Amino acid sequence: MEHIRGKVWTFGDKVDTDLIVPHAYLTTDDPQVQVQHAFESIYEKFYEKVTPGDIIVAGINFGAGSSREEAVYVLKEMGISIIIADSIARIFYRNLINLGILAIGIPGVSEHVKNGDILIVDTMNGIVTNTSNKKKFKFQPFSDQILTLINEGGAIPHLRKQLRKH
Amino acid sequence: MSMTQQILGNHIVEKDTRKPRIPEIGEIIDVEIDITMVHEQLGGRIAPEYKKLELDYVKYPERIVYLLDHWVPSPSVPAANMHNRANQFARRYNFKHILGENKGICHTVLPEQGYIYPGMVAIGSDSHSTTYGAYNCFSTGVGATDVCIVFATGKLWFKVPESLNFSISSAFQKGVYAKDLALYILQKHGTEEFIYRSLEYTGTGLKNLSMESRHTVANMCAEMGGKNAIFESDKITEQWFRNNFHFTARHGTHIHPVSPEPSAEYNFIEEINLAEIRPLIAKPYSPDNVVEVNECIGTELTQGFIGSCTNGSLEDLRIAAKILKGHTIHPNNRCIVIPASTEIYLNAMKEGLIEIFLKAGCIVGPSTCGPCFGGHMGILGDEDVCISTTNRNYRGRMGSYDAEAYLASPATVAASVIHGKITSPLDYSEVL
Ligand code: SF4
Repeated sequence: MEHIRGKVWTFGDKVDTDLIVPHAYLTTDDPQVQVQHAFESIYEKFYEKVTPGDIIVAGINFGAGSSREEAVYVLKEMGISIIIADSIARIFYRNLINLGILAIGIPGVSEHVKNGDILIVDTMNGIVTNTSNKKKFKFQPFSDQILTLINEGGAIPHLRKQLRKH
Repeated sequence: MSMTQQILGNHIVEKDTRKPRIPEIGEIIDVEIDITMVHEQLGGRIAPEYKKLELDYVKYPERIVYLLDHWVPSPSVPAANMHNRANQFARRYNFKHILGENKGICHTVLPEQGYIYPGMVAIGSDSHSTTYGAYNCFSTGVGATDVCIVFATGKLWFKVPESLNFSISSAFQKGVYAKDLALYILQKHGTEEFIYRSLEYTGTGLKNLSMESRHTVANMCAEMGGKNAIFESDKITEQWFRNNFHFTARHGTHIHPVSPEPSAEYNFIEEINLAEIRPLIAKPYSPDNVVEVNECIGTELTQGFIGSCTNGSLEDLRIAAKILKGHTIHPNNRCIVIPASTEIYLNAMKEGLIEIFLKAGCIVGPSTCGPCFGGHMGILGDEDVCISTTNRNYRGRMGSYDAEAYLASPATVAASVIHGKITSPLDYSEVL
């Protein structure tokens, strides 16, 4: 997982959790319904277009709003490999890490990335390279705690392991 | 130290034992959680995630407060099924505080029913759990996985946040309220400046902010992007706790408030003079798209909503009733009024407020989130334009993707629904 390579889907500023999973689909007991409607007002049938390993690049305050973890669950189901945004809302960021999806806030990054660009993320050294325009962006490399969570598939598998140990 | 730093420091857990110490800003610590609030999310993602842990217990069932508020009474089969899944979980794991679905909206009910106290650490499966900070505690919203971790272990990790300080002075002018203060901060700082940070409110002007007002401002910390909001405790706080029968029955008459130490490292300190704030309004589609109400006068409306965990208090209903008394809602409008808790509803009845609303032509609903998040009981259609006392006006939040919502104080909403268009509350100054 030292290098993540993927195709980009771009999103604008302040894409809130209501836009990611509209509240109308929150009561369902079939999470696939949430996946099928994710981002529907931005990209119709996004789940059919996205391929596992793709990267989301967004503007400011990505994931603002409600604490609904469904908004991260759908990204996991779609196989999104990493979220890069100018800034990421606090609860959403925690939820991403908890479900095992890497996320990076890099102010101003969204200006330099287009839909379909191919990015390479060097997680050890903290560098994002946009292979389409050769631009590079630095970020604070992930802490060991975060990398452990991601490697183990998120906070629940991690906790399961811890509880077993005791 | 800031208030947040002190409270988190008091709750540090190392190797399963509480070990209070002074934490560094930016340090990651495990913190003991005094209260976890859960609502419908329990039947959403919490139950299936918790199942993966294969545990037959939750560590501290007495530290969980569970109620249903978003979709009550259930408007659909899926919502009813979700409620049933949540109820089954709460019973299976022997939750001690199961409040049912008739108490009201979580953020209003928890302080009202005496579960919140100064100096505590509270979390909730809801982003507006920042609200409890009005009562001088650390409180924030988390997702389902974090709730599962607390259910299993009683603790959760936090990064000790940088804090900033709003120093409040003076008093509001007539027709200006806590909602306008929250919108004022959003207008100035937007929705992302405070991400991961803690907002601490102090100053001589606090004496002019009731607990209900502080509740409104701490609630909208979620829109400001903050991790938590916290108000310094004062005489008003102490009085409020002393007068709260539920609180004294649970915890006695003493509270242990937290104040910022002189050495508190604030990122910045901003003075806010309440007297300089004008009636404000957030235009679609962001809570920081704020202008003076005056700039929107005349915008045609189809719905008004007075309620929610932001502005559904008895104080809010009194303000709205003062304006609506003797008037009727414009025929092109509907106006929905929802007291934020059943206790508020009862008091509003005793004071004759409900009668005023009904005579004015409002629809008064049982205490639920309902229209606030487009759940039920007032969902907006494509061409609806709503003025609301709630906290979010994102696209699609209150219903159709094409509907529009404006956010304002209960006074501005009440004045507006009489005319069917956005109206300044100052037009009703003589009754305020
Ligand atoms: S009233 Fe609105 S903001 Fe408050 S908890 Fe309910 S849905 Fe959330």
